[in-house]
Amino acid sequence: MTERIPVLKIGDVLLVSIQTDLEDQSVMNLQEDLAARIVETGAHGVVIDITALEIVDSFVGRMLATTAAISRMLDAETVLVGMRPAVAITLVELGLSLGGVRTALSLEKGLALLAGADPVRADRA
Amino acid sequence: MTAERRGSERLVDLLSGQEEKLVGQWIEGVSHTLRGRLSAGELGHELRELYAALVAALRSGEDWRAEAFSEVRALLTELSRNRARQGFTPTETATAVFALKDLLAPSSETAQEDITAYLRLNRLVDALGLFTVETYAKTREEIIGSQAEQLLELSTPVVKLWDGVVAVPLVGTLDSARTQVVMEKLLQTLVDTGSDQAIIDITGVPAVDTEVAQHLLKTVVAARLMGAECTISGIRPQIAQTIVALGIQFGDIVTKATLADALKHALRRLGTENPAVAARSAR
Repeated sequence: MTERIPVLKIGDVLLVSIQTDLEDQSVMNLQEDLAARIVETGAHGVVIDITALEIVDSFVGRMLATTAAISRMLDAETVLVGMRPAVAITLVELGLSLGGVRTALSLEKGLALLAGADPVRADRA
Repeated sequence: MTAERRGSERLVDLLSGQEEKLVGQWIEGVSHTLRGRLSAGELGHELRELYAALVAALRSGEDWRAEAFSEVRALLTELSRNRARQGFTPTETATAVFALKDLLAPSSETAQEDITAYLRLNRLVDALGLFTVETYAKTREEIIGSQAEQLLELSTPVVKLWDGVVAVPLVGTLDSARTQVVMEKLLQTLVDTGSDQAIIDITGVPAVDTEVAQHLLKTVVAARLMGAECTISGIRPQIAQTIVALGIQFGDIVTKATLADALKHALRRLGTENPAVAARSAR
């Protein structure tokens, strides 16, 4: 049994902090858990913190993108925070630009982005 | 075999017979080509040592690759290395060796035996000369290699322009290795300083081809993945023309003509994201 990544709720936002390197199965579990929690809590924002993540392969990269897309379908803006330079370079080399996923340098900035996200979304629409 | 042996012995006799006079001539000939850029004492010491080693080696044969010639080769290696470092031309370096031939140059009165010895010396000196040039070239390549490395180290400063804005002024031609260094350094600085805005200034980049553009795009996308925005500035008119002519799509990446425009843009972006910063930068 692979360990589950906790999904924490802070006010209107769900926080997913990934602390270990991801296995394929745990990413798939995370996707299911997160979708269920968004519906359950009616959260309007999701922050995925990958500060501790040192290794990302193409599968995990793609799953992060689909997770963000799923959250958006459920009306929760997703922000990916704390990506390490090495991880960013790897993803670019893999040809994954995670289009449509919002990113921020740190958890704090990610939360600030979500707090001020509504006007931006209004702009886009 | 015996003729061969005799020729060899004759050559050694000729060289060792008038050693002082011949070495003197050699040194004089060589110092003439170097035009006083190397002190006479230094040159004399070098050549005297080489001459002695050569005569000693000749006693046991004429194959310059043989064990007996190892000291000659070592001295030549040192000589050409020094010349390469001091900035002498390959000709000046090789002449030092080739000048040996002139010492035994035959005249119409030279005995048949001596001419044979001279030709043998010729063949040997040619080989040694080539060896010298080869070592010279190798040394130059080493120097170029280490310089390229040094260039890589000092050519990529990441500067902080404002609270939350960092810039990389790129100077010189971009290749994969350099872009990699720039990319890593820029991304690391973004993390270290917590900056949201990055500016890549390419005023100092002489030419942008598809490869360079590709590298730039990758850097911008990587910065975006980390949650920072990246602006490319300093695009000169010719470069803009080339980029369009090559059909490179910069997509939604913000490009500005000057670093000042890019900074203005970055500050405005900071302001819309965070009103507190806007108030601070307005002051």
